[in-house]
Amino acid sequence: MSAVPAPRLTARRFRAGDAALQLVAGAAALAACVVVALIVWKVVDGSLPSIHAYGIRFVWRVAWNPVLGHELYGAGSFLFGTAVTSLVALLTAAPLAIGVALFLTELAPRFLRGAVTALVETLAAIPSVVIGLWGILVLGPVLRDDVEPALHTALGFIPLFGPASASGSSVFTAIVVLTIMILPIVSSISRELFLGVPRELREGALALGTTRWEMVRGVVLPYARGGIAAALILGLGRAIGEAIAVSQVIGGVVGIHWSLFSGGDTLGSKIAESYQGGTTKLQVASLIYLGLVLLVFSLSMNLAAQWIVRRVARRQGVGTNRGGLA
Amino acid sequence: MSTHGITRADLQLVHLPRRRRINRAMELLAWLAATIAVAALVVVVWSVAKRGAPALNLDLLTRAPVAFALGPVKQGLANAFAGSLVLVGLATLMTVPVGILIAVYLTEYARPSIRSAVSLALDVLNGVPAIVIAIFVFGLLVVGHGQSGWAGSFALACLMLPLVARSTMEVLLLVPVSLREASLGLGVPRWRTTLSIVLPQTLGGIVTGTVLAVARVAGETAPLLFTSSIVGTQVGWSPNHALQSIPVAIYELSESADPADHARAWAAATVLLVFILLTSLTARWLATRGRRRLSTSR
Repeated sequence: MSAVPAPRLTARRFRAGDAALQLVAGAAALAACVVVALIVWKVVDGSLPSIHAYGIRFVWRVAWNPVLGHELYGAGSFLFGTAVTSLVALLTAAPLAIGVALFLTELAPRFLRGAVTALVETLAAIPSVVIGLWGILVLGPVLRDDVEPALHTALGFIPLFGPASASGSSVFTAIVVLTIMILPIVSSISRELFLGVPRELREGALALGTTRWEMVRGVVLPYARGGIAAALILGLGRAIGEAIAVSQVIGGVVGIHWSLFSGGDTLGSKIAESYQGGTTKLQVASLIYLGLVLLVFSLSMNLAAQWIVRRVARRQGVGTNRGGLA
Repeated sequence: MSTHGITRADLQLVHLPRRRRINRAMELLAWLAATIAVAALVVVVWSVAKRGAPALNLDLLTRAPVAFALGPVKQGLANAFAGSLVLVGLATLMTVPVGILIAVYLTEYARPSIRSAVSLALDVLNGVPAIVIAIFVFGLLVVGHGQSGWAGSFALACLMLPLVARSTMEVLLLVPVSLREASLGLGVPRWRTTLSIVLPQTLGGIVTGTVLAVARVAGETAPLLFTSSIVGTQVGWSPNHALQSIPVAIYELSESADPADHARAWAAATVLLVFILLTSLTARWLATRGRRRLSTSR
């Protein structure tokens, strides 16, 4: 066969255009990577004074004393608050979210399916500051006056359910708010996972004479197991990183309290509350150090979720989609 | 959660009544879960609308807040509305070109190894908590220079970028390969194929993705806290100074002890919710319309 003639001429003439577009687009992609690196660098850089002063012990020390001369900072109580609020919120949201997703894929009559899907996605679109506003002015008082006293009377022998909070701002309120915020995320990812379960598997199970629940338990859930784990981790990451709504409802209390009805603080909410500025350089650096701890936690959550998603996708040979985008 | 699959013991007919009861119970629980989720939405939206609607008036949009107001003074949040417009507008202008270019690079040019590295970076960026973005921009642009609208909109842009890039990438991947091949086969160089054949096909999808991203960041408070939150009460349009915004205004008013402030917070929240719901619905409508067009044209 002979060489390809003429058209290459135009191609060569326009190769400059190709190079230009590739260069500009590549620069944009590089910029995204640079921003990620800058984030890590700036957060580490900003917390250096505090890292030098306290070292790694900062992470678990329970103290936040900004009084000049007695300054002592530590992330311990905020780490505790973050763990309690996000884990309990996840434990509450997970069964609800999976229930919603199962309802949407297995049970809902056609006329409800689209509407409920849209409503759940709308819930995800409500800004955190609006949920926080509702949490502090509507939900808080209701929990304080009705729910918390009832729980205290019934289950008060467990230290988790102490006396009701005075203001309505409590760890418990934050948990309810976070549950509402991560429920739609987990349920919309789970819904997509359940939709991806091959029809033959469902029909095979039903043909064996299983009930609908047995089909779900035996086929749908095991098939989507890895994806559900990733969805839960993403939800947890979202709960860990949420600063605004939590800071509005949690009350801002330093220290480790076992009662869910006492005030608390999380890494994110502590930073958000201090937005009007720190008094000393060390305090500002310690706030940024809190941000560093938060960054490490949420990034490891995120990467873990990605890793699971990729592994599952490879195993099933399908795109289980939605890396970090919910 | 049981994961052992279906065993023979599960299917014994003797247990059928019990199995049916369990099935019924689980179905009820799923209905309950869906009801709770929908109820949460209804309760939140209803609470906001019920308290916000009576406080809605033109003063909210046209009057600036009054510092140290004594008694009932006519005041609004004009500064917050103006600031939000500028901040979100600038963030959109910063994000959209960069986001589209990233998507073009990843779908048309990048080698697989680079593609997975950059998409990992985008996912990581998407997973960084908004409050950490605020700290980052504080350290990058605010320390030494003071808060400004630029810093605030850059922080919002950091949140928007992965959303826009990802949604653009998804629509670019939907464009049939045959279309690209037809164009390349006619001798059109790759860059012209990309810019004048592939991208126009995806315009609807890009608009949808951008609108969704705008709806998302319009309600973001955290990135603005350290970058554009220490503000006066005047209405300002210049990003050279710190600008008030609706979410930050709601945040501050919600922590106030004054019921009049709460009323304004509810009103602002109502406006914000209406804006976000309208934009999301529009985007979804555009998306379904675009998909229908793409499938009929093929």
